[in-house]
Amino acid sequence: MATEQSTAVDAPRGWGATLRSWDAVVILAVVLVAIVGSLTIDGVSSPRFWRFVTIEMIPIALIALPMTFVIITGEIDLSVASMLGLSATVMGQLWFLGVSSLPLLIAMCLLLGASLGAVNGTFVTVFGLPSLAVTIGTLALYRGLAYVVLGDRAVANYPVAWTRQVISPIPGTTIPWFIMVVVGLAVVFGVVLHATPIGRGLYAIGNNVDASSFSGINVARTKFWLFVITGMVSALAGVYWTLRFASARADNGVGLELSVVAAVLLGGVSIFGGRGGLVGVLAAVVLLGVLRNALQLAYVPANTLTIVTGSLLIASVVGPNIVAMARQRLRQRRSAAPPVAGA
Amino acid sequence: MQTRFGNDETASGVGVVEPSHAARVPVIGMRGVGKSFGAVVALRDVHLDLFAGEVHALVGENGAGKSTLAKILAGVYAPDTGVVMLDGVPVAFSGPAAARAAGIAVIYQEPTLFPDLSVAENIFMGRQPLRRKSGIDRRIDTAAMRRRAGELFARLGVQLDPSRPARGLSIADQQLVEIAKALSMEARILVMDEPTAALSGVEVDRLFSVARSLRSSGAAVLFISHRLGEVFALCERITVMRDGGWVSTDLAGATDVDQVVRRMVGREVSSLYPKQETDPGEVLLDVRGLTSRGVFSDVSFSVRSGEIVALAGLVGAGRSEVIRSVFGIDPYDQGEVRVAGERLRLGSPTAAIAAGVALIPEDRRQQGLVMELSVERNATLVRRWSLSHLGLLRRSSERREARTWTKRLYVKAANLSDPVSTLSGGNQQKVVIAKWLATTPRVLLVDEPTRGIDVGTKAEVHHLLSQLAADGVAVLMVSSELPEVLGMADRILVMHEGRLVAELPRAGATEESVMFAATGHRERA
Repeated sequence: MATEQSTAVDAPRGWGATLRSWDAVVILAVVLVAIVGSLTIDGVSSPRFWRFVTIEMIPIALIALPMTFVIITGEIDLSVASMLGLSATVMGQLWFLGVSSLPLLIAMCLLLGASLGAVNGTFVTVFGLPSLAVTIGTLALYRGLAYVVLGDRAVANYPVAWTRQVISPIPGTTIPWFIMVVVGLAVVFGVVLHATPIGRGLYAIGNNVDASSFSGINVARTKFWLFVITGMVSALAGVYWTLRFASARADNGVGLELSVVAAVLLGGVSIFGGRGGLVGVLAAVVLLGVLRNALQLAYVPANTLTIVTGSLLIASVVGPNIVAMARQRLRQRRSAAPPVAGA
Repeated sequence: MQTRFGNDETASGVGVVEPSHAARVPVIGMRGVGKSFGAVVALRDVHLDLFAGEVHALVGENGAGKSTLAKILAGVYAPDTGVVMLDGVPVAFSGPAAARAAGIAVIYQEPTLFPDLSVAENIFMGRQPLRRKSGIDRRIDTAAMRRRAGELFARLGVQLDPSRPARGLSIADQQLVEIAKALSMEARILVMDEPTAALSGVEVDRLFSVARSLRSSGAAVLFISHRLGEVFALCERITVMRDGGWVSTDLAGATDVDQVVRRMVGREVSSLYPKQETDPGEVLLDVRGLTSRGVFSDVSFSVRSGEIVALAGLVGAGRSEVIRSVFGIDPYDQGEVRVAGERLRLGSPTAAIAAGVALIPEDRRQQGLVMELSVERNATLVRRWSLSHLGLLRRSSERREARTWTKRLYVKAANLSDPVSTLSGGNQQKVVIAKWLATTPRVLLVDEPTRGIDVGTKAEVHHLLSQLAADGVAVLMVSSELPEVLGMADRILVMHEGRLVAELPRAGATEESVMFAATGHRERA
């Protein structure tokens, strides 16, 4: 069972520690916001509210899955929204040019996303460049390519069956069925991260690249594939985005990368890598979605809304880090590291 | 301040004798200085006098405490016991800045300059001459800075352009910049920590003439080196250290290389090292003509089942680099590595592990363990695939595995789910060993297996290595501790500057013969 002693970042925890964990804090916040919201704001308790929250959350939740992996290994991918936008425009253009099979369109978008991610991954792992710089570059590059593909045009004449289907509710509820795709992927990502050797490797890489290489983990290959997967999932989000708004435009999803990174960090993943889990991240996606929509319903002006989410992000990023730092400090004091006696 | 440069009374060269020193106050006097890091004693009860106008050598094996002593003089560490006296007055430096202000400058083996700033800016960093002393105009007087840098180089008798950037300077030139910086601060005590390790012959000569000119201008130079030939060529007095303690201080003329080597190593090989005799079996590790340009060249050797082979040599001789290449962490340019006859893929630790090779690395905190992860996770990190079923990890088998190996190695941990960083150094090392033994290797590469761990754990590790060899594992061990090398190894390979220079059988090897080969001397007849 857990004691007061700090536990390892991924150690199995007892109930006591789980309740005190960051995951629990975020889940509690979701519940609190939902309760307070439905008591004070008209409409928050309505099924329609939850339908809109879900529709809006889906792309963020999707991209947050691979983003969690990327940030756990100590990297970041800021080009996700641009990959989303580029896939959306390519899908629109292909439809415009007469490709009329939805599975084919999806497959081509996924392939495109994989290639875009592979470009990121190559720069980071083969050329050894920092992912922050690389993906800021491709953020601009991919968005620019999206404008090359569609310019100012919008492709909007998709079959109504497609656009309606993507947000059609699960029978008996108001929740769109597409959430099941997100849940399915979340289960896969969660199992991989928390119950397979691959996940173990990710945490090891995020904490110590050297020791990971010495333990036979192929750090470069692992990171490369994470960028590829991130590209594919972003492209999938692009398909969703196009159908949900029934419109492919070059500016689809502008700025979405910030919401995704915010959710991942708010979910307790350390920006320095090596810490965090998927439960907290998904809870944070919900928290941000509920908070935003509830405040909107309360006629809070958009500017104030941005300030609230921004402040929340800062607080949440600073919060766990302060706790982690305090723990680290304590731990270091306990095992005052003996430097090697010099020769 | 009475001896700041220009005190020439003892700089008369050959005839330096003890009495004239005794009559004077040393600029630096260390009295009973000791320093420990946790359980590791790095220095104990060291006495050392350094006089103005002398070049004083400090020699000792790896781990003898030389660098710790240098760092105490540099103000990086504060001594736990004893006092450091400056001109006969006890001082306690609050940090490197205080030591510099007192006139002590330390030149490290690898200088740390600002690569994109000019040489002159590096010399005067933080003390740049200004155009005006006061007022709002605080612009740097670049011309004056260059001129003064030029004067310093002239004084050192070297040609260096003060306005060129530091990037691209050779290590020797970088050291000269550091020395010029020390001069510009009017340092009168210069500590050089293995300055010649990376220098060529010509550069060494130039450094020596600089050191001599410093001496004749009245500075005190403490010259830390492994290279005894240089020590005897340059220094008036030689202090030998061993295991953190002072052994002797002699006039260079009153001793010789043989005696100094004996004092550097002079220990009994104790029963701490219990390598059993085994009959070596088939060749398990075969390395042929391994070359990594600029690091090591044409290294060939083989290790048989049941053998422990030691790779001895000084720090920087290329030992760790060789085993890193064998394991695949670093690539190599030429040659091949075979494990039980099969050629290993270049640059792939995964392939090495699959072939039954394990590497217990030099730096357990950085390379051996993921400090933030639990003991259990660390112990099973390499085995994570074999411990999973249909791609999923089974907690129970992980836990069982971790428990088995930590128990077998007597790892003392309150809880296997605690971060491995909470364990003591010795127990951390045991977790590293456990992690690799769990893979049941055929070839075990160990790099400094007992560095910085206590005597009891040391004995356990030695016993374990011996046991593994008896079970048919081929062990290749890098160690800087000669007693360990002599006690554990069936054969000793000695490296010097990237090459294998000697192979000594267990029977014929002595600490002296290993040290002679390692310092680049030909073996004595």
